[in-house]
Amino acid sequence: MLNYIARRLLVMIPTLVAISMLVFFLIQLPPGDAVTSRLAELQAEGKDVSEAQIAALRARFHLDDPMPMQYLRWVTGFLRGDLGYSIVNEQPVNTLVYDRLGYTVLIAIACVLFTWVIGFPIGFYSAIRQYSVSDYTFTIIAFLGMATPNFLLALALMYLGHRYFGITVGGLFSPEYMGEPFSFGKFVDLLKHLWIPMVVVGMAGTAGLVRVMRANLLDELQKPYVVTARAKGVGNLKLIFKYPVRIAINPFISTIGWMLPMIFSGDAIVGVVLNLPTIGPLLLEALMTQDMFLAGSLIMIMSTLTVVGTLLSDLALAALDPRIRYD
Amino acid sequence: MTDETPMKHPQDINTPPPPDAPADPSETADPGGPPEENTAIFASQWKLMWWRFRKHKLALFGGIVLLIFYFVAAFCEFFAPYDPNARDVTRILAPPKTLRFVDAEGQFHFRPFVYGYEMETDPNTWQRVYTPNHDKKIPVQFFHRGEPYKLWNLIPMEHRLFGVDEGGVHLLGTDQIGRDVLSRIIFGARISLTIGLIGVFLTFFIGILLGGLAGYFGGVTDNIIQRAIEVLICIPQLPLWMALSAALPGHWSALRIYFGITIILSFLGWTGLARVVRGKFLSLREEDFVVAARLSGTPETAIIFRHMVPSFLSHIIASATLAVPGMILGETALSFLGIGLRPPVVSWGVLLQQAQNFQVLAMAPWLLYPGLFVIIVVLAFNVLGDGLRDAADPYA
Repeated sequence: MLNYIARRLLVMIPTLVAISMLVFFLIQLPPGDAVTSRLAELQAEGKDVSEAQIAALRARFHLDDPMPMQYLRWVTGFLRGDLGYSIVNEQPVNTLVYDRLGYTVLIAIACVLFTWVIGFPIGFYSAIRQYSVSDYTFTIIAFLGMATPNFLLALALMYLGHRYFGITVGGLFSPEYMGEPFSFGKFVDLLKHLWIPMVVVGMAGTAGLVRVMRANLLDELQKPYVVTARAKGVGNLKLIFKYPVRIAINPFISTIGWMLPMIFSGDAIVGVVLNLPTIGPLLLEALMTQDMFLAGSLIMIMSTLTVVGTLLSDLALAALDPRIRYD
Repeated sequence: MTDETPMKHPQDINTPPPPDAPADPSETADPGGPPEENTAIFASQWKLMWWRFRKHKLALFGGIVLLIFYFVAAFCEFFAPYDPNARDVTRILAPPKTLRFVDAEGQFHFRPFVYGYEMETDPNTWQRVYTPNHDKKIPVQFFHRGEPYKLWNLIPMEHRLFGVDEGGVHLLGTDQIGRDVLSRIIFGARISLTIGLIGVFLTFFIGILLGGLAGYFGGVTDNIIQRAIEVLICIPQLPLWMALSAALPGHWSALRIYFGITIILSFLGWTGLARVVRGKFLSLREEDFVVAARLSGTPETAIIFRHMVPSFLSHIIASATLAVPGMILGETALSFLGIGLRPPVVSWGVLLQQAQNFQVLAMAPWLLYPGLFVIIVVLAFNVLGDGLRDAADPYA
């Protein structure tokens, strides 16, 4: 077991190095760099920027160094836990991430809980009542949920909320609580706003979960061991929960690790539409303004989380499914 | 060891179950429901598949819906009542008009009509308020002769499927600068629907080529391709798309941006397909019929193309169908964010960009209609893909 983990960790190193190179290359691809976009911004505000200032900025961020040097500086900083400096926001990336991480994780976990609490029971019910009216209804809703882009659902909810309830949807707090210290009133206000991103982001995930859970369980229910157990008189619910359900949830356990990057960033487009203080919109903005340290570091964190998450999933699967052995 | 460990993309959670999953017991007993018992034994693989697919009514319906959509998209100049860029400044943000057969007095008209609009400006908010004028009936004419145009930029024509002489027939309303939303959706279909198809063809090509190479040669080739796939899969999809599309030069022509975006969309998609193809090659290589062919002296290329490829082609077609909606949604999302296709190109994502502004959306919810079409098409592709996947293995 330890041997296996060690081997997996070793393999991760070249993968991460390759990812970091690719990410660095990608964020360098667009023409221009962060200083040029910062300049454009300053000039749009009507400020005059002298040649000397530009040169100082460029020198400060070592933008004129050769590419490999810039890459090494970025990667070594990353290893020390220093994510670089956001040129456009004029703040260290660490601060920017730290400010938003709490809400991002809060929203993402709410979404995951929503997805599971709704998705698993419906998938389960659809499978054991295959081809019933409710199965068809849930299947249609699930297909619809999978086909609707999240941001469209967000827009539709915003419109409906405005039109029929007279509320402005979006953000996490009402204007009167903005910048206020945390209090019970603010907490209640947060809950009032939290359900919308929860439903919007959770919808597609729930729909997918229902489909997969239903198919997996149906698959298992046809196996001979189920028939045997039935023939021996094992009670229906006890039988289903004890064997087929256990196997049917394996695919979810093997994908549970991929939730890590999602929990870290949140849904970027929904974040933009609903005006959420999460990391997703920060990343989007960074990519558009070519704030390369910010964008690169965020993508790198997400990729690392994916790699780590995959390992965690495999370990969890091995722990829960006795049929899996290491060699 | 790592080769065996499942490493899929997060997106895979959403992909439906493996091909042999939800088979209805009655279906397995009946070999595809052929009309006569004997023909089933001699029928070709593709015929068996068609019989099986035909039973899947929902999938058949999805396929028909898609055929209609692609047909309309191909002849969008004829089906759209207006030019997508024609502006009517007297009708800005006009709400959709209902196509009517029965008028306000309860009289039935054989020819459908719409009511004209009276426009007033609210003195306080400066908003335009449109009220239907029940005295002004505008009959809708089919094969209406209107502004001359060129079909596919080649054939000069002047008839459109429907239109009105004067007063405007904006069935889905107009946008902020007075362009007909329905016409723009119909023209947008051409871009949005083809980007998925072309993207999938590219994905297909790269995926089969690399997956085939990896599976067939094994060894070092396999290892390199496998590692490359792992690296690509670990980078989150949307940021990768965004970084790549931000890199497209701003001075590129609309056509080049279009192909650029298509290539970007397929840049990531091939990994999943390559894995499937590789797996199939690996397992088929050991199958009895392949060994038999090799022993009887069949050349390698013939083994690959005559024996191996046909046996997994149907699976590939099914997974390709299921990959199209992802591409369509990807284009929509990128364009919606303003880093995909850009105006004056008309795609569904570009159209939805207008709805991003909440003030506009609150006044003109009909700007969300392009989203409805995205949902319908994605739904149709999912249903069709589901049916194809169930039919892909007729011997199951």
